[in-house]
Amino acid sequence: MEEDTQMAACPARGERTILHVDMNCFYAAVECLYHPELAGQPVAVGGHVEDRHGIILAKNQRAKDAGVKTGEALWQARQKCPGLVIIPPDYRLYLRFSRMARELYYGYTDLVEPFGPDEAWLDITGSCHLFADDPVCVAQEISERIKTELGVTVSVGVSWNKIFAKFGSDYEKPDAITCVTRDNYRTLVWDAPVRDLLYVGRATERKLHSVAIFTIGELANASPRLLENLLGKMGLVLQAFANGRDTTPVRPMDPDRVDVEYDIKSIGNGLTAPRDLTSLQDAEVLVYLLAESVAQRLRAHRMRARVVGLGVREGDLTGYTRQMRLPYATNITSEIARHAASLLRENEDFSQGNVIRALHVRASDLVSADEPLQLDLFDDMSSRLQAERLDTAVDTLRHRFGNQVVRRAVEVGDQMSVNDIERDNIVHPVGFFHEGAANALGHVRGRS
Amino acid sequence: MVRGIRERRKHYVEVIARCDEAGQVTPLAIIWEDGRRFDIDRVLDVRPAASRRVGGQGMRYRVLVQGREKVLFFEGPAWFVEEIVPE
Repeated sequence: MEEDTQMAACPARGERTILHVDMNCFYAAVECLYHPELAGQPVAVGGHVEDRHGIILAKNQRAKDAGVKTGEALWQARQKCPGLVIIPPDYRLYLRFSRMARELYYGYTDLVEPFGPDEAWLDITGSCHLFADDPVCVAQEISERIKTELGVTVSVGVSWNKIFAKFGSDYEKPDAITCVTRDNYRTLVWDAPVRDLLYVGRATERKLHSVAIFTIGELANASPRLLENLLGKMGLVLQAFANGRDTTPVRPMDPDRVDVEYDIKSIGNGLTAPRDLTSLQDAEVLVYLLAESVAQRLRAHRMRARVVGLGVREGDLTGYTRQMRLPYATNITSEIARHAASLLRENEDFSQGNVIRALHVRASDLVSADEPLQLDLFDDMSSRLQAERLDTAVDTLRHRFGNQVVRRAVEVGDQMSVNDIERDNIVHPVGFFHEGAANALGHVRGRS
Repeated sequence: MVRGIRERRKHYVEVIARCDEAGQVTPLAIIWEDGRRFDIDRVLDVRPAASRRVGGQGMRYRVLVQGREKVLFFEGPAWFVEEIVPE
């Protein structure tokens, strides 16, 4: 009966039709495919303990049933599930599967927006009729093809907007199709806990609970003023989402550059250090390594940044981020590194026994490197031009002979300097939220 | 497990194939590790597929060899078959 409700009139003819396809237990499913001898056993993909990445990255259904959770330490997972088989990750294999899945989606529509390596939105509004009358049939065909061609299962959500399509794919797992329609969303979506709505995280959930909003329906029908007081503009955005008022378009991506967004908002790199960083000098080595990669990637994209940010994760796993606006837009390594290091110096007090576990350097508010720069009459620009020329020369050398061919003196002799951050960088597709919020807010404002 | 079959193994094999001007690859013969040559009489079907039996994913060729249907996978640069290990 429930299945009938979920499949009824989904969505109405002529209405926007969005699918959200989520590959179930993605990393673990790919590993299980390549290790048929592990059939029936609890399997998890876990990071390398020696690199201090020893957490569960993904788990199969058996491991999930035993209580294993993504993000917990390997030893915790083994305690819960003594027979757990932990396999090291093979990102190249996962990216290959991710790409193959997206190529399959492009057979149904050119409007495919990846949301991480294992999820994607498909806007089949204009192409659905080419394959079937009912979008659910298209969802079924995609699901079947992924199963036979890639050997993994997917959950598909079908709806008239991206938020409810995503809700649908999370609603039933694994290997299921859920249709959220204008007829059934009040029962299907509104009865669910508020946390199940995309972009309601732990902190937002706590705030909503504090005003007795526990379900998505309660959020949808709450007073807008209350939500705005509680969460600011985001309160109104989330309420619009809860009511299915999400008109965010599915952002088409270039199939040849599927892993990279057209419009780059920021460039950043982070690394968990192989050991705790206990002094400023220690941490500055990592800041320079990260800034080197960030600046190199900025130059490769012909961009300059006006803002430099630093993210710090402490030994106790708490963290903070700080950022500063620069007087000039820059892509000079030494400048980005210097500013990131100054953020660290100003905010981290090692004398209190603090240790740093991971650092992240980010360059944002990007402008094209071809844009003219406003010069300052009283500043010496010649040294900056020299630094730019030096970076260009170093880039050329690295392009020809590899990133390790020229290194900074500060890095020499440090264990971390063996990391080639620029080479190992993987650009994950970003979400849509920067636009989603704007669109939803536009909708809210338009109404009021 | 099917009676008479102890297990199936992923067995990489040497394949003689023809690549036409459109880039389409047609396997012509499988060379077994002991040197035996098994000519492929006909290719019945070609499509991307996963091999759940032995683990892998690639272009799957359903072929006729000595009148019997077999599957041959092209995975990356190598070919493999699902070898049957008798009991």
